[in-house]
Amino acid sequence: MSMKPRIKVPDSAKVGDVIEVKTLISHVMETGQRKDREGKIIPRNIIHSFSAAFNGQIVFKADLQAGTSANPYLAFFMKVTGPGKFEFTWVDDSGAKVTETATLNVT
Amino acid sequence: MMTDGMIETLDRRTFLCGAGGAIVAGLGMYDAALAQDKPPAGWEEAVKKIVGNAKPIEGKVKLDLPEIAENGNTVPFTVAVESPMTEQLHVKSIHIISTGNPQPGVAAFHFTPQSGKAMVSGRLRLARTQEIVSVAELSDGSFHIGRRIVKVTIGGCGG
Repeated sequence: MSMKPRIKVPDSAKVGDVIEVKTLISHVMETGQRKDREGKIIPRNIIHSFSAAFNGQIVFKADLQAGTSANPYLAFFMKVTGPGKFEFTWVDDSGAKVTETATLNVT
Repeated sequence: MMTDGMIETLDRRTFLCGAGGAIVAGLGMYDAALAQDKPPAGWEEAVKKIVGNAKPIEGKVKLDLPEIAENGNTVPFTVAVESPMTEQLHVKSIHIISTGNPQPGVAAFHFTPQSGKAMVSGRLRLARTQEIVSVAELSDGSFHIGRRIVKVTIGGCGG
């Protein structure tokens, strides 16, 4: 199962701004409640953790559980202290890990 | 192998309930169908795990959810707690808990003073009409709670 992330950060920001970061990743978020056509439970496999770091420091983390929708969308905020690089990480129950980066320009 | 496209066309009732998704002919069947489903798994225990013996305070947690969910598979939410978000006083975590899904956990969000705002948006799944509860944990050790009922009109695990 491929997890494709999409990120939206503002084109530029000023020091002191509180910016919104939007993230989206494709993932079925299989809850472990569903059964297949033969009646067997489809094993659970959800993205259970998400983290966002800026210039190497974690600014936001999320533990996701079965009640989170498929293709998890997460939007959160960060106070701008200067320019730099975001690194986003998603990990699912199978151990699959995806990272994505984004640059923040500061005027 | 399931593809994302196939997921979209699956009946939502089957998606969420598995075998419990027997056809519910009318309201008369509601109680029977509900009895077959597993009872909602301890959302109160989920809250207790977060707050311990503390009594969470109402009023500070702003939980935004639609009054009626068109599609129980993906219901957008925004939760926010007013806070200076300084090192001295900030929101540490906000938890979202479902009171009516087979599993109560939706998500737990963890903030830092660099967050700027204790606010997050996401999308949750609703098996049926229910109350969603949000518990916030502050750096001063206090707990806050907000709730909102969301109606799910289309089918679901018993409606």
